[in-house]
Amino acid sequence: MLNQIIFGYFAVTMISLALIVITRKNIMHSIVYMLILFFHIAGLYLFLNAEFLAAIQIIVYAGAIMVLFLFVIMLLNLREELRKSRFAITWPIGAIFVVLSAVMIIISVFGNRFANVGNVKISDIEKVGHTVAVGKLLFVEYLFPFEVASLILLVAIVGAIVLAKKEIK
Amino acid sequence: MQVPDLIPVVPEILMTILVLSLLVIDLFIKQKEYIAVYTVVGSLLVIISVFYCTGVTFKGMFVADSYSIFFKMIFLINVIFAAIISVEYLKKRASLYGEYYVLLVFATIGMMIMASAGNLIVLYLGLELMALSTYVLAGIIRTDGLSTEAAVKYFLLGAFSSAILLYGISLLYGITGSLDIREIGLYIAKEGIINNKLLLLGLVFFITSFGFKIAAAPFHMWTPDVYHGAPTSITAFMSVGPKAAAFAIFGRVFMIVFPALSGSWVNLLIPIAILTMAVGNIVALAQTNIKRMLAYSSIAHAGYALLGIIAASNEGLSAMMNYMLIYLFMNVGAFILVIMLNNQAKVGDSIHDYRGLSKSNPLAAFLMLIIMFSLTGIPPTAGFMGKLYLFMAVVNAGYGWLAVVAVIFSAISAFYYLRIVMFMFMNESIEEVKLSLVDVNGLLLIIVVFMVLFIGVNPQPFVELARLAIL
Repeated sequence: MLNQIIFGYFAVTMISLALIVITRKNIMHSIVYMLILFFHIAGLYLFLNAEFLAAIQIIVYAGAIMVLFLFVIMLLNLREELRKSRFAITWPIGAIFVVLSAVMIIISVFGNRFANVGNVKISDIEKVGHTVAVGKLLFVEYLFPFEVASLILLVAIVGAIVLAKKEIK
Repeated sequence: MQVPDLIPVVPEILMTILVLSLLVIDLFIKQKEYIAVYTVVGSLLVIISVFYCTGVTFKGMFVADSYSIFFKMIFLINVIFAAIISVEYLKKRASLYGEYYVLLVFATIGMMIMASAGNLIVLYLGLELMALSTYVLAGIIRTDGLSTEAAVKYFLLGAFSSAILLYGISLLYGITGSLDIREIGLYIAKEGIINNKLLLLGLVFFITSFGFKIAAAPFHMWTPDVYHGAPTSITAFMSVGPKAAAFAIFGRVFMIVFPALSGSWVNLLIPIAILTMAVGNIVALAQTNIKRMLAYSSIAHAGYALLGIIAASNEGLSAMMNYMLIYLFMNVGAFILVIMLNNQAKVGDSIHDYRGLSKSNPLAAFLMLIIMFSLTGIPPTAGFMGKLYLFMAVVNAGYGWLAVVAVIFSAISAFYYLRIVMFMFMNESIEEVKLSLVDVNGLLLIIVVFMVLFIGVNPQPFVELARLAIL
């Protein structure tokens, strides 16, 4: 019961925060709400016994990504943004589609069923430590996707340089 | 700890070595044409290696079967064509960077990983690798506003479709407890959960995001703007490569994960295919810019190829693969001529620039005529053969009326393809353009047209190759 209440709190708060983020007029306010959202996601990870992920969530998202957002905002003209209307004129059409999709998703959720949970138990993870467990999974089981992800990061670096460098000779 | 079997991944490893060495060589070579040559030679070597490296490795995450080999062949030929036709085009626009080739090869690695993905995580990462590289390539001419706009539009909509795909993957994982494509398929069949609503929702998300990647209506909105704004060489590259890669995962995921649900997804795909053919062919009639026209034509061709998936049979799948190979040749052929005209400073992208081309350049006009016939699907060209096999597969699957609809739409398509032919042969030219067919672009055009005719009169070996490659 307590589990459900805690999860319910996180779920409801996270969805409301996400809605607040996209509806604020001032982008600075959006960012602050997003920060709170990131902390809630980290809380949810903790609740799932995933301490390592929770720490990473805070370091990467609340730390690094947030700073990136702030940098970009510094480059924008905030006063101009504040005067403009928040949404394009067509937003009611978008809203209709969102509501319809939400109805579709809610209907489907009642057909909910869950597969057998994986064969790794929480007690096993506690035995070796969470970081070790994640590391082993990442470098043994998921080695190939891990390497592909490194290529994606390389593309991101090359792409950023190509698009942003002042002049390429 | 044992080392995983690396033989099946050798082509991808070779491509990665190629791309990393490109990054270094780029520092020392001033003449960027050599980088193009290096890319072409490297990719040719990888094509050879593809045929010798088969097997399943990384616990089923990476599957190098004959299905993926066929698609990898398409991707590698595509990257070779793109590397060749880019040189002069980019040089004229002062955008011939070594990084351009790096990104081309990176995108190709992404496609190869997608074609071989045996696991949804690998599939997603391959897709992102391909997509990220193509976003940047679309915006590579930084001084051109249209190119930048194309990149931003492509990026935003691509990010949406990736998010939808991830949602679908997470639903599948929640329901079946696995990310392995084969295991999910077995689990669904074993538990008999084909009527589970959440599973159907996951299916819808998969169709949406794959539909975006193949540019099927109603997820096609980005296509005309992106194809129009991107550099023409990149438009040629991404109207075949990413589309074929998306069809590769379309086939694999739907035939292995969802075969039990084929009743549901065929019913979803039929209206999508009809709408795609309708939007592609009808809106193309109104285009006066050849790149936009080819963008809509590429939407229409995605609609035809979808018929192969709708047939939900091995015959349909091999017809779809065969069509992608044929589409590679005829589409690149059309774009080579667009690029050759683009390279003349005087003329632009308007279809009126093709007026009277037969007077000044009879051979080039004749080659374009064959390609336009092939895109329409007139015998004895490859386009006819490709469509024939697709329609046959649909008829054999019991959707004869759908084949009739497709034939009607391809008759409509004759109007805008043959309009170009009419302009070339029956109108007086406004401006004289002199095209040379003895440079690399011209030679490539001749090779491509030869292939189009060769497959058209002798399709058997290619059909057999595709038939061997079924899942």
